[in-house]
Amino acid sequence: MMQRVRLIALQVFVAVVAIGLWQLFTTVPIFGVIVLDPFFFSKPGDVAGQVFQWFAEGKIWRHLGITLTESLLAFVIGSLAGVLVGFWFARKPVIAAVFDPYVKMINALPRVVLAPIFTLWLGLGIWSKVALGVTLVFFIVFFNVYQGVKEVSPTVLANARMLGMSERQLARHVYWPSALSWMFSSLHTSVGFAVVGAVVGEYLGAAGGLGYLIQQAEGVFDVAGVFAGMVVLAAFVVVIDGVVSLVERRLLVWRPVAGETRS
Amino acid sequence: MPAAAGAGNGQASAPAVALSDVTIDFRLLGRGTYTAVADASLRVADGEFVAIVGPTGCGKSTLLNVAAGLLMPSRGRVDIFGAPLAGLNRQSGYLFQAEALFPWKTALDNVAIGLEIAGTPWEDAQSRAERWLTRVGLAGFGGRYPHLLSGGQRKRVGLAQVLIRDPKILLMDEPFGPLDAQTRQIMGNLLLDLWSADRKAVLFVTHDLEEAIALADRVVIMSAGPAARIIGDWTVALARPRDISEVKLDRVFHDLHREIWHVLKAEVLKGYAQAEATS
Repeated sequence: MMQRVRLIALQVFVAVVAIGLWQLFTTVPIFGVIVLDPFFFSKPGDVAGQVFQWFAEGKIWRHLGITLTESLLAFVIGSLAGVLVGFWFARKPVIAAVFDPYVKMINALPRVVLAPIFTLWLGLGIWSKVALGVTLVFFIVFFNVYQGVKEVSPTVLANARMLGMSERQLARHVYWPSALSWMFSSLHTSVGFAVVGAVVGEYLGAAGGLGYLIQQAEGVFDVAGVFAGMVVLAAFVVVIDGVVSLVERRLLVWRPVAGETRS
Repeated sequence: MPAAAGAGNGQASAPAVALSDVTIDFRLLGRGTYTAVADASLRVADGEFVAIVGPTGCGKSTLLNVAAGLLMPSRGRVDIFGAPLAGLNRQSGYLFQAEALFPWKTALDNVAIGLEIAGTPWEDAQSRAERWLTRVGLAGFGGRYPHLLSGGQRKRVGLAQVLIRDPKILLMDEPFGPLDAQTRQIMGNLLLDLWSADRKAVLFVTHDLEEAIALADRVVIMSAGPAARIIGDWTVALARPRDISEVKLDRVFHDLHREIWHVLKAEVLKGYAQAEATS
């Protein structure tokens, strides 16, 4: 417990020092010069004020809601598609072999270049952002599920067969849990990418959302607004990551944690 | 003589497992074939405990996989209770050497799964699994996931997982191999204890001659590979019930051990020489 308090104290200390230096360099002249021009770097106080104003006026909630909706939709649709296709490919090697070069091709493509296409197809609303997030999430989940099915221990598989499992039962009791465990272990990455897809999509053209907010502020050289958007986004991601950790702990109880395994 | 009695039963009804002139070839990538086992014939009567001993890499596990139906022999035939084996051996339970439990299921669910997939109602399967966990000495451990059990405990769960289905034949591939010496003895006694309740036919593969003699009615010796053959078959004239640590002090045990080891030693050395030559 003491250790934990100390750790948190140190973590807060890092933030205080960083913000303190920022404040110092943007306000106090050192040898007669301001090191960081507030026009380009803003000031901690201004950024905090902007964040506070957004929350006080309540206008931030709409943008947060839009980004959250897009991220969730991208995550759910991308995961679902990734699980289904990954499972299908892993169980049908011929299909996997046929599609292999195309999967590699699309995965190698920087997804940002798809954003204009999605905007043309799906308009400026949330669905073009969801589509961008889906292309990111899909491949992470797809590769993990594919691997999960492929990497089932041959002994566990033989054991399942000897216990009398049919192909359907193998899928349900062996391949499926293994695939899901791989997917869950990549939950942090895939949720993170869902948010990236949403924000980048908003930034490139939207009528709402955190990415839109940052892009708007940038358009009028409102550096405090850009930083405030980043602060809100960072807090948003930390909260989501915390939720994912909770879900993960619940879903992967059967997994050994380092140092816990007995031999 | 328990083995003689077993053989007597075997004549009345078909043997539980009958391997006749089984040869197993593996195709090597671009280098022809590798014959693992050649012309092996082996009979296990119903209720008989047979141990197969041989040097490492002699193909004894391969032979077991043929009896399980996990592997098709290249030549020869496999009969289970008089009927030729096609596909998996549904009348057998298989205890593996490596970790074979489902890591995402609790100990209880691991034991119950065999019944569940056979259509037993969930509650019934759970309560019977609970009883089996108690029988293997793991009462109260049902909620644990495999990674929170020790190696010996995992083997106990594996034993319960196989036996709850009440297979007529028990196939065991060096099941206690990875365990330490004391745990092996305890597990051996547990196995004999459970086996004596309803004598199933057992085919037990091991590289440990002492373990084989202590457990089995018959000890079968295989030669070093490639093209390993069965080169000896001894009846163990030790009374049952046995206690593994006590039985090892018996005169009969020592004489038999010396006799079999005399044959086995030559094969073990051959096996090492071949391993050296190929590496």
